[in-house]
Amino acid sequence: MSVLLQYLVTGVSRGFLFALLATGFVIIYRVTKVVNFAQGAFVVLGGFIAYSLLGAGVPQGLSEVLAVLASAAIGLLFGAVTILGKMSTIASLITTIGLALLCEAVAMLVWGTTPLTYSGLSGHDLRFGGIFVQPQYLLLIGVSLVVLAALWLLLDHTYVGKAMTACASNPYAARLTGINVKAMGLLSFAIGGALGGVGGVLIMPLFPITYDSDVNLAILGFAAAIVGSLTSPTLALAGGLIFGIAEELVAGYWSQANETAVALALMILLLLWQSHRRQQVAKLV
Amino acid sequence: MTSTGAATAPILSVDGLLVRYGAAIALEDVSLEVGRGEMVALIGANGAGKTTLLNTLSGILAPSAGTIRCAGRLAHVPEGRELFFDLCVDDNLRLGAWKAPSRDPARIYELFPKLRDLSRRKAGFLSGGEQQMVAIGRALMAGPDVLAIDELSQGLAPIVVQEIGRYLVRLNAETGLSVLLVEQNARLALELCARAYVLETGRIATHGPSALLRNEPAVRSAYLGGHVTT
Repeated sequence: MSVLLQYLVTGVSRGFLFALLATGFVIIYRVTKVVNFAQGAFVVLGGFIAYSLLGAGVPQGLSEVLAVLASAAIGLLFGAVTILGKMSTIASLITTIGLALLCEAVAMLVWGTTPLTYSGLSGHDLRFGGIFVQPQYLLLIGVSLVVLAALWLLLDHTYVGKAMTACASNPYAARLTGINVKAMGLLSFAIGGALGGVGGVLIMPLFPITYDSDVNLAILGFAAAIVGSLTSPTLALAGGLIFGIAEELVAGYWSQANETAVALALMILLLLWQSHRRQQVAKLV
Repeated sequence: MTSTGAATAPILSVDGLLVRYGAAIALEDVSLEVGRGEMVALIGANGAGKTTLLNTLSGILAPSAGTIRCAGRLAHVPEGRELFFDLCVDDNLRLGAWKAPSRDPARIYELFPKLRDLSRRKAGFLSGGEQQMVAIGRALMAGPDVLAIDELSQGLAPIVVQEIGRYLVRLNAETGLSVLLVEQNARLALELCARAYVLETGRIATHGPSALLRNEPAVRSAYLGGHVTT
């Protein structure tokens, strides 16, 4: 029983990481219609930058905040490369894959190929029932909840959020009403970068990260975003938790080698179910 | 700006406009004026350049030559309505005021009472006529001095077109809003507006009071389906 609980705690915290990735996909897609496959790179670079700042003697909290800001700046840069030209949406998507590969190469050159980690929130493990939980898990969950709630408020309950949604809904009409569609797209990429950075700095003390961790992270984050049809941050959170818990249970009770395969199988089932449901809706309308 | 001359100067004046798509010329030497409080029609066939003209007026396209002077704010109701289908009616209206100080759509609900009951509905689920009202409402939210409407009647039942036309005339009479009505449906446009321009393959072919244009043989045969009887 306590083993299961332990898996669940780990799964939930992985789930929040995936949810941060998923909402990154969601916000960029909702504003620009681009699926940003470089989303995992924000996690890796954010974590690595925090690691280097810590190594240079910068205080922990400040290192992490700076790393998140740096991730936002990288997101902004990626946005500029991806959407400022006259690329089609599909070309933009391929560009994000290229950017992800570029990040891997840079990360390998700068930080090498060994998994990196640093110690997180200090303090004794907390005891709940029969299990021990590191404070860092609670920090990850707490911060993620606050960030995700803020994002949900921004997207669905503020005027700026509505304008951001309008950009993807009808870019031409958005321009006619005076909304700066490109600026909104850049803003979404910056927020996407910051979300990845938050995930990176919080997860690194719990799960060491390597330069090529971004691929798996992006796939699982994308899978979680699919649960919310790439548009709903709340469903993306649900998706993140589903995949986080499923991954831990598979790794724990079966084999770590199978965790990604199971996650991908789950994602394909979800996609099939969603396209089926969409057809049903199309029949009704 | 407060000189007495401003009252009689046109709110919108376009002079010698040239617009290209690459090597192709879409508009050439287009000049027109809309007076304060005036309703002016721009009629023309498919591909004559009507939508190009409106997109140039609202800054989406840049002219290669010529000048556009607007002594106020211009709002554009685009062809095909172009609503934000993923957002509700109320959000569509409020976003129209992105660059305007007031964001309260109460005025629009007064004008189109039907929209009040639909305010929480996603714009994609409205009928064509309701969508057109939202599109006009969204443009009005910008607090315009000139409303440029592209294909008011497109895809709408005649009775709905009549209804929306009446709203426009009322708005014009009550608030002094100037209107540039771009239409393929020349009969409707000439009925609603006192003055009209005819655009043919990127050039102004003729213009004048609607009453005169209606009887011009070329206009009758090309746009009103009438026979030339001379």
